[in-house]
Amino acid sequence: MRMLRAIFAHPSGRIGGFIVGLYLLLAVLGLLGLTPHNPLMQYRVDRLHAPDGTYWMGTDLFGRDVASRLMMGIGQSFTVAFFSVAFAALAGTVLGLAAAWFGRRWDGIVMRVMDVLLAFPAILLALLIVAVAGPGTWTSIVAIAIVYTPIFTRVVRGPALSLKAREFVDAARTFGSSSSYILTRHLLLNLVAPLTVQITLALAWALLTEAGLSFLGLGTQPPAASLGLMLSDSRNLMETAPWLMIFPGLAIMISILGFNLLGDALRDIFDPRMRRAIA
Amino acid sequence: MIPLLSVSGLSVGFGRTPQASEVVRGVSFELADGETLAIVGESGSGKSVTALSINRLVDFGGGRITGGSIKLRRADGSILDLTAASEPQLTKIRGAEIGMIFQEPMTSLNPVLTIGTQIEESFRLHRGLTGRQATAAAKDALDRVRIPDAARRLKYTPNQLSGGMLQRVMIATALACNPRLLIADEPTTALDVTVQAQIMALLAELKRETGMSMIFITHDIGLVAGIADKIMVMQNGQAVEQGELNQILDQPHHPYTRHLLQDVPHFASGRATRPDGRRDRAPDAEPALKVNDLVVRFPVKSGFFGRATGAVHAVDGVDFDLMPGETLAIVGESGSGKSTTARAVLGLVRSTRGSFSASVRKAAAGQSALPIQMVFQNPYASLNPRLAIESILAEPIIATGGRVDAATRAKMATLLKRVGLPENSLERYPHEFSGGQRQRLCIARALMLNPSVVVLDEAVSALDVSVQAKVLELLVDLQREFGLAYLFISHDMAVVERIAHRIAVIHAGQIVEIGDAKSVLSAPKHAYTKKLIAAVPTIDRRREHFELDTRQVPSLVRPLGFEPGPARWEQFGVDHRMRVEA
Repeated sequence: MRMLRAIFAHPSGRIGGFIVGLYLLLAVLGLLGLTPHNPLMQYRVDRLHAPDGTYWMGTDLFGRDVASRLMMGIGQSFTVAFFSVAFAALAGTVLGLAAAWFGRRWDGIVMRVMDVLLAFPAILLALLIVAVAGPGTWTSIVAIAIVYTPIFTRVVRGPALSLKAREFVDAARTFGSSSSYILTRHLLLNLVAPLTVQITLALAWALLTEAGLSFLGLGTQPPAASLGLMLSDSRNLMETAPWLMIFPGLAIMISILGFNLLGDALRDIFDPRMRRAIA
Repeated sequence: MIPLLSVSGLSVGFGRTPQASEVVRGVSFELADGETLAIVGESGSGKSVTALSINRLVDFGGGRITGGSIKLRRADGSILDLTAASEPQLTKIRGAEIGMIFQEPMTSLNPVLTIGTQIEESFRLHRGLTGRQATAAAKDALDRVRIPDAARRLKYTPNQLSGGMLQRVMIATALACNPRLLIADEPTTALDVTVQAQIMALLAELKRETGMSMIFITHDIGLVAGIADKIMVMQNGQAVEQGELNQILDQPHHPYTRHLLQDVPHFASGRATRPDGRRDRAPDAEPALKVNDLVVRFPVKSGFFGRATGAVHAVDGVDFDLMPGETLAIVGESGSGKSTTARAVLGLVRSTRGSFSASVRKAAAGQSALPIQMVFQNPYASLNPRLAIESILAEPIIATGGRVDAATRAKMATLLKRVGLPENSLERYPHEFSGGQRQRLCIARALMLNPSVVVLDEAVSALDVSVQAKVLELLVDLQREFGLAYLFISHDMAVVERIAHRIAVIHAGQIVEIGDAKSVLSAPKHAYTKKLIAAVPTIDRRREHFELDTRQVPSLVRPLGFEPGPARWEQFGVDHRMRVEA
């Protein structure tokens, strides 16, 4: 509750929070099928219908309602983004903590593997993984999770190394606290702030990567909708039916803007120099 | 004669509304040519802000001068009000007319440039010297601050020099253009006592040579006795008292000045030691902690394959015993191995050799106990900021397999009350407490497990002087009440004098002198102890000058397999012995 109030007290947090909240609502409605029309139903007579009172964002080549498909697409894209970031955050935190805690050889092995993963551009690596495993929602999730794991590993390892050397960890050792207690209470609890910021920003990148994969036909498979797939379908009709491109494009752009604004706000809120001003 | 600097009614504020949040309020003083003014105060008193306002560096920290004037008589005799000066004017004045040295020499120099380059910069900017001329000038500057072998040292980067040497480099840089005013902001706080004495001696000599004026900022009123002409005492942004050195030290008027002079630990050459707990004969009881031939070595690896080619002998054959209810202070300079000794006793550092045994005190039924607990130096770093005090105090209990039940809560409440913290502290978080309060929390946490020995590693060094005195009092009270044995690690002789029964002086990993506190402090036997005690600043030693000593600390790296010879001891009195150097 205090966190929400802090977000809404922050100017960019207010906008970002509002946008992300709106998208979450649309995604849930889209996933539950509570859309203006059936997103898969083909209204043959109304093919490539321009936006009006019935079809708010027009229809596509098969006469499907763009607004409904957009909601379904947001639901689909958000599902992929959330699951992949959740896996990446979990794996990255475990690997980062392990690297920092065990140090030496473990640190070397884990971080070199992460360096190799990080050396590839995100979309290229995701493409590689999907190309090997075959397209589909779950492969997209796994691919995107693998791509963003190194970032979380790095975000966790650095602060964990410095926390490990702090006096309160030494103090915990003097009264014989167990490693798991130190790891959870003294390290992980202090990593909540940087992780939250990173998760918010990673969600934006994951959305973009998912859109990219779907655009290339390797993510979500038709007839299901996703933002990238809708953009891809609109390519040949850009001049006759520009709404097919404009709305999914705007949807992607605004969602990324929302997550980035929210991430910036969280960064400020967690910054100890700002904390006094908010608390 | 117009004074060199005349400050009147100076007020400085911070933030968006500087008038509302003033940290310096109406400070006035004058400084004549060749005079030294010491500004004394605790943290938050506004002493640094006052000094930073003079060269207007305070602007860069977000401060605004909200009132008053700072009139500087410039080299050409004109008077300039620095509060109204433009930034280009100020840039000319800084360095050329007003030099400044800071507290942390390690962070005030750029680590990737050689010190030669950094000193030359000053000559380039203010005197237009280039190339060989600048280098020659930089060498002269280093010679002037008594850095041996100056020509070679110019090519060193900061990491190759010790803290004391770096502070000399900073002084050389600040004095490069012969400023007529030098501002020194706690220039020796980060340094060891013997190095501090050298820097103070150097500043006094340079002042005599150049005839410059100086503003010396410090929290230690004992330190200024040897160098200041005038003292200004600050508290909460106001100058509560100012006057001539002797007048302030001998007849202080303001209660705060009197408090600083009397209640705060000052070194008194063994006259202020504790009267209780003297060892008049060999103890017959079981010691609380017995350390035997403790050795800690860290391997030095070099070469491509990282073979061990030597070892740092951090602690080299230390033994001592500690009786219940007794305080043994381990004193020494940084790098002497005193902290490593403490950490080895607690098992935070693995000892190479040696044994120690500690007596476990009988705990009440259902309560767990660990014989040795520790309080760390930095109260801000030793408490996890994300845990409530209740969780922090519960951790030792959970760690030893206990449960947080009503008895534990009752113990927490009792201990909190005992260390002087409010009862509602349990639900609060560390950031809601001041440094002194946090250190009290750390003490309470250490006592949760009924230890018989508490290791206090520089436990009061990070605290303000008047808070220091109160925490020391608490420690003495707790010791009497619980019969605790303290292993008190410190570099501060004044603090040690107040709390120690016995003192062990450690140098290069070995105890060189150990014995009764009064005896060691009043009649030191070992050359190193003598040097250490001679370097402690006191208000008794007014106008006394130290010999400059430019020797570096000996290296502790020894070849593989090196073993020091057996220690030979010379006994003085019942409880005082000194290591005889081979």
